[in-house]
Amino acid sequence: MRDTAHGPLAPLLPGAAALAIATVYLIALLAVETQSLIIGLLMLAIVTVLGVSRTGLWASVSRSFSEREDALGLLSIVAAFAVVAFFHDHHFVLLLVVTILLYTIAALGLTIQFGYAGVMNFAGASFFGIGAYTAAVLNTQTAVPHLLVLPIGGLVAALIGSLLLLPVLRTRGHYAAVVTIAFALLFKTFLEVNDGLGGPQGLQVPGMNILGWSLNDNMTFGGFELSFYANYFAVSMVMSIGTFVLLRRLDRSWIGLNFDALRLDETAAGCFGIDIARWKIIAFTFGNFLIGAAGALFGMVGGFVAPNNYTFADSLILVSILLLGGIGNAWGVAVATIIVVVVPEKLQTIQEYRFLLYASLVIIVLLFRPEGLLPRPVRRYFAGWRP
Amino acid sequence: MTTLLETRGLTKNFGGVVALDHLDLSVASNTIVGLIGPNGSGKTTFFNVVTGIYNVDTGVVVFDGTDITRAASPTIHRTGISRTFQRSRLSLPLSIFDNIMIGNHTRLTQGIWFNLMRRRAFMREFEASYLAARRLVEVFEPRLVERMFDPVAGLAMIDRRRIEICRAMINQPKLLLLDEPSAGMTHEETTALMDDILQVRALNQHLTIVIVEHEMSIIERITDHCVVLNFGRKIAEGPYRQVATDAQVQEAYLGVT
Repeated sequence: MRDTAHGPLAPLLPGAAALAIATVYLIALLAVETQSLIIGLLMLAIVTVLGVSRTGLWASVSRSFSEREDALGLLSIVAAFAVVAFFHDHHFVLLLVVTILLYTIAALGLTIQFGYAGVMNFAGASFFGIGAYTAAVLNTQTAVPHLLVLPIGGLVAALIGSLLLLPVLRTRGHYAAVVTIAFALLFKTFLEVNDGLGGPQGLQVPGMNILGWSLNDNMTFGGFELSFYANYFAVSMVMSIGTFVLLRRLDRSWIGLNFDALRLDETAAGCFGIDIARWKIIAFTFGNFLIGAAGALFGMVGGFVAPNNYTFADSLILVSILLLGGIGNAWGVAVATIIVVVVPEKLQTIQEYRFLLYASLVIIVLLFRPEGLLPRPVRRYFAGWRP
Repeated sequence: MTTLLETRGLTKNFGGVVALDHLDLSVASNTIVGLIGPNGSGKTTFFNVVTGIYNVDTGVVVFDGTDITRAASPTIHRTGISRTFQRSRLSLPLSIFDNIMIGNHTRLTQGIWFNLMRRRAFMREFEASYLAARRLVEVFEPRLVERMFDPVAGLAMIDRRRIEICRAMINQPKLLLLDEPSAGMTHEETTALMDDILQVRALNQHLTIVIVEHEMSIIERITDHCVVLNFGRKIAEGPYRQVATDAQVQEAYLGVT
């Protein structure tokens, strides 16, 4: 008996073609400097997405992304390297690429919490900041190897997050969200009045150094001069790949199922033996660890941390990435992060209005594609498995 | 005959409303017990109290020799009680298989290391679970086997009910609480569903069932014993034929004095 959902794999071509077009488009968008051209390119993207999303083409692209993840994952890595190779000596563009990768990791952490387990976290930027501050303190005050600082940043974020567990577990839905909002506000105030952590001026973060290799030095390959951000790109890429693999395995296991069960109906989940508190704690801790680790690296990349970089507004941006991309879909999160990071940077004219842009973008998406750009597909435990 | 579930002096108030009023009830092993009574007589509250969704005010619940009065829902489920809900509580975006696996939670390996790193072992467990779920679904509706990985949101009401019952039965509970399985279905559908339930029970003779139902033909057909509630109190009990003729029961249902 053939099983509909686990029939032959979807073709790779639509996904690969979409990826290639998106890569070329992204390179063009990043390379163009004239405002009118940038606006033209953005309009083109909007019109294309609106046009294609009504046809079967869009569905076949998302089918090939959900079923051919291994191949398309590899191709995405190649695409990212292509972008970096193209802009190999542009500091600014490479910094954007690194920012995209690290925000993606943070948004994936939030996906575990909010997308999978339904635990609201409106303090994402705070946990990101905890990671960055951890890096600032450890890199200046101690001799802890910098590669180790990344997981320590994650652990500190997870640990401080556990302070929130009691109020988060005792409340449901919106009330839990309010608890995290309060934490985000408290966190910023705490940093501002804490002289040990630099107060409102913040702290310098020494750059990363792996076994004597300083990542803040530009490298030359043959005649090629590489921006030092290419080094950070390599480290961020490894972290992103690890995070993607982790998320995929989580989602395709009984743990992912437990998260879904408690998100969709806590009472019913409890009646089938699922320990609600335990799984919420696991989701919250895993998520904060990822956000904190990404934040630690982000601190080292930027070289500087200050309370104003990790405000409630930044947490909202993380949440809007999820809404925009498709709650619970890792690919959607990556696409949405690119949009949210790149568009305001390229559209210099709207700098002060960027929150207005995010807000309208989220509203438009919620109106026309309530499940986000790439809705989450039904769980498949093993790609291509059939009974 | 041994007693599987027993409550003594069970009382539950909601503000001024007494939903359960010193209820003494016992369910013998391997029987099907019908729990009947007018709307608001405390039937669903009884299920919610037994499964730990509500805390009781006073009284005790003993299941299979263990006092579960103050236990939380997951703990109670682990002692061997499973249930369905009056208003379907499936996870609609999830597949049939996923929904049934939620019911199988206690028998699946839940370790983080196992789930993330030991993918081969996980695959073996997944395949065994798939076969178990499929065997169960086949008893209810062979047609659904082909849709095991489709979201339940696309299923008809009767199929959703079937999946809910599969979810409650997959880990072979000792006691199954069915809360109005016929709600929202036609007479023919209800009859078909009852046939399925009897068929599944034939496979597992040790299953005890308590069923809340308004459709008296079903109660008459499948129950060994009936308990009639009114205003949270037990007003009659015995075989269906006996309670159906009881004057108090007729009064409660028909308002005859």
